[in-house]
Parts: sequence; structure tokens; C-alpha cells
Amino acid sequence: MPFYVSPEQSMRDKADYARKGVARSRSSVVLQYSGGILMVTPNMSSVLHKISEIYDRIAFAAVGRYNEYEVLRKAGVTYADVTGYQFDRGDVTARGLANWYAQALGTNFSEPTGKPYEVEIVVAEVGAKPDGDQIYRISWDGSVSDEPGFVAFGGPADQVAAALKERFSDGMSLTEALGAALAALAASAAAGAAANGQPELTAANLEVAILDRARAHRTFRRLHGPRLEELITESRTAATAENAEAQATDEPSSASDEPPTGPSSAGDGSPKL
Amino acid sequence: MGGFSNGTGRDQAAFMTARIPSFTHFLSSYAPDMLPAREIGPLAGGSDVAADVIKNLPHATTIVAVASERGVVMAGDRRATAGNMISKRDVEKVFRADEYSAIGMAGVASVGLEFIRLFGVELEHYEKMEGRALSLEGKANRLGKMIRDNLMAAMQGLAVIPLFAGFDEDAGVGRIFSYDVAGGPYEEHRFHSIGSGSIFAKSALKKFYSDDMPTTDAILACVQALYDAADDDSATGGPDLTRRLFPVIATVTADGFSRLSDAESADYAQQVVDGRMRAPDGPSAPLRTAS
Repeated sequence: MPFYVSPEQSMRDKADYARKGVARSRSSVVLQYSGGILMVTPNMSSVLHKISEIYDRIAFAAVGRYNEYEVLRKAGVTYADVTGYQFDRGDVTARGLANWYAQALGTNFSEPTGKPYEVEIVVAEVGAKPDGDQIYRISWDGSVSDEPGFVAFGGPADQVAAALKERFSDGMSLTEALGAALAALAASAAAGAAANGQPELTAANLEVAILDRARAHRTFRRLHGPRLEELITESRTAATAENAEAQATDEPSSASDEPPTGPSSAGDGSPKL
Repeated sequence: MGGFSNGTGRDQAAFMTARIPSFTHFLSSYAPDMLPAREIGPLAGGSDVAADVIKNLPHATTIVAVASERGVVMAGDRRATAGNMISKRDVEKVFRADEYSAIGMAGVASVGLEFIRLFGVELEHYEKMEGRALSLEGKANRLGKMIRDNLMAAMQGLAVIPLFAGFDEDAGVGRIFSYDVAGGPYEEHRFHSIGSGSIFAKSALKKFYSDDMPTTDAILACVQALYDAADDDSATGGPDLTRRLFPVIATVTADGFSRLSDAESADYAQQVVDGRMRAPDGPSAPLRTAS
């Protein structure tokens, strides 16, 4: 026998349901660097991707249920390929794709029957110059936001975003950007999920990809294996050196005779790698 | 059917339905009018007007491909002809199909360009949907079917023949595939040529080719063969020294597809032209096979 549920209640229930689903995932970050856009997410699988190529200059990153965002990813590829074939490759834009996703997710969310998608997706486009870069975040209910510079989504996204905000600056190198991303992701692990015993982020359990501004045709590239290991080592070395430097400027008198060993005892508030 | 991004539920459903990862297959149900026309109507075959129109469409001419030590080289002259007119001097007929393959075409240029664009999207679409590139045979077979689908139009005059070459990542060698209007593929070993000057180009390649040629030699063989084709076929263009228009040359190796810059291509063409100044018929092959 049918009974009355107010629309407010129904929407709230759906939103709660989706939010809980997405919150169970681990955080991902997408951020700008001088040479393009960097995407980093913890992923134990090397074949079931959370970050993918959509088109020449557009990438897709998602958190939540794999089967759901995989459907959305494929729909996005189809949208892009049809648009590019119908007009020109340059006419496929992240804005158009983000709007398409917003509509698809919004329609699904507002349907009286059925379940909402438990996903959150980010669509990023690398421009010819850094000011042409675009990052959009689309939620389960179809709400879109334009995120200049960087975005953290999935899991304890707010904490990761706060940690990333501290470290993010315009025109970072790839190494610096990766360092910032890893530090931000580690912050979430330290804050929220220490109890889960999540392993340290290494090349083996990270999925990293870039949209490389300098490349012709398809700019999307995955970073893995030795290349990624090298980058991670570099970024950590750089971070350690930076911390040491920061310490040196804070305490000019003592820093000169003490080499920077281990975490800063001064405790500058930033989580260590 | 025209405006596809109209935001209706039909779009969303069509895009999100599970299906095979073929772009042309998707379009054939979603928006068939976006695919190349399979037939051009009953008029075309019979009427004089139609025959005249079709004859005067720009036609692309000669393409050569040579397997080299490290992969494969493909080159094409720059001429397009409409009947007895030269309709274009700087046309491009050799393209990147994807990271590890090249495609060239002979026949009605406009139809060929449409096919090549569609084929490129087809390969990329599969790769993105499945997260892996098609095998070289897979690409060659797909192209065969697409050409087969054009058979009716081909019989009405809109024929286009591709030449497909790529680097087989599994085998580590360059491979060449040819087609006829009814499809294919036919695998060619060592070298092949298509188009109006192909008889001459192939005869030349037969004399120039040796197994495991270094890439630079393979490029030179291609340019020599195109020169010979242009020498005897009015529809094939030779190196245009006054306008600085030289063959389009592409290589596909383990490092991927690469199109030679205009300067590099000019350099090879200049070598051939300089040689022909001394020996207009080009290098001569030894008469007796070395024992």
C-alpha cells in the first residue's frame, strides 16, 4: 500500500544515501601544475582505473562505486567522440562535458524511483596556457562546481582540501605538485583512517596521471613504474629539504649547526610525509 | 536526429547503455546520418550529369609503403586531380591513424578524408573504452569492414582505397595491409603501393627494396618510387621545387607515429632530384643477382 513521503524527505534520504556511499571511498585530488594538470588517487588496482582519458585535453577522475562511474566514464567518452566527430576536435570542452554529466546525474537523482549514483566525478581540461585550465566537480545530485587550481573529493574531502590548500600555489612544478598531493592525501589518512591501517602511499598503490600541456594530440598520460617511483622520491626529498629550509629561517641560530634529521621538532603544524 | 546534445533522456540512455566498443557501430543506431553515406541514390549510376560530377571530383593518387628494419614508412605525393585537371598541388594523403599506425588513401579525396577521420575516431574510441589499443590485425580488419560498407557508393563512382601500415607491438615489426573496394585486408609483405601511379611506384620499389632496410633508406626508396610514379603517371605529382612542396612522409616504429617535418622531407626530395639531374631514370639495379 502506497504511503506519502514528502519530496523534501525523499531528496534528503537520497542525498544522505549517496553522500555516505561516496564518503566510504578514499580521497582523490586533482590539481594544476605549471606543465598541465595532475591527478592522484590511492588505488590498489593497476587495471581498474579511477582516472581516465576522455579526449585530447580532457580527463576524468571519479570516486565512489566503480560500476557506476565506469558507466559515466564511457558515456563521457562517447559524448566527446561524437561531438568531436560531428564538429572538430577543438570543439570538445570540459565545460560541455561537465554540463552533460550534471544533466545526466541530476535527471537520475530527481527520478522518483531508483537509486542515486554513489559517485563524485571531476572533469579536467588542460588549456594551451595555465589560465585556460579548467577543473569541474560534479556530485551525485548533478550539482556542478568550478574549482580553480585544485580539488579534493571523496572520503574526508574537506580535510584533504584544507591540507592541499596550504601547499598549493600557482605554477608549481610536477614534483612540487605531486608532493603537495601526497601530503594532502596522507593528511586524510592520518586524520581519519589511522585505525584502518591504511598502507603508506607508494608507487604501487597510487594511480597517477597527468594532462601534459606540451604534448600534441592526446595529452593524457599515466605515470607508473620507475618513472613514478622516481617522481615520488624526488618530491619527498624536496619536501624534506623545504621543511629544513623553513626550519632554518625560523631558527637561524640553531639551524646552522644541526643538520635536518627527522621531523621538525618545532612542529610547524603541517603533517609529515 | 541532427542536434544530438539536446539533453533528452534518449541521449543519456543511449550513451549509458552497455554495448560493444565500436564508434561506428554506436553511430549506426544512434545517428546513422553522421556516418558516410552508403549509397548516393539511384540517379548517380545512370545519369550523365552524375557521372560528370563524380569524374570531376578531386581524386587522390599515389601512396607507397615500405617495411623497414625498425617499422614501416609510408609516403604520398601531393597531387589531387579532377579529370585532366590538377585540382590541388599540396593535398595530404598520409595520416596518423593512431599512435602506432598510419593510413593513406587513393580515390575520391573527400570520401577518403571522411573515412580516415572516422577510422581515427574508431581506433581511439575502442582504446579509451577498453583501456587498451586494438591489435594491429584488429585495426586492419575494422578498416576492411568500413571499406566494404562503402561498396554501393564505390560502384556509383565514389570509390576510395586505403593503404594501412602500422607497427605490430607484439611481433615488433612493421606490417602493411592493402584493400580493394570490397574490403580486405590483404597483408602485403615488404612493400606496396596504391593509386594511379602505383604500377610504376611498385616496379621501382621492387628494384630499390632490400630486406631490413634502415629507416632512412626506406624513406629514400619511397621518395624514389614516387618520383618514378610522377615520371610516368600524369596524375602523380613530383617534387615541386619552385613551391617547395614535397611528399608527405611518415614513419611508424616502436617509438610511435612520426610525420617528417617539411624540412626533412625537402631534404630527401632534394637528394633524389640531385641524383636525377645526373641520371634521369634514377639508380639502376644490378642486372645479375649477386650469388
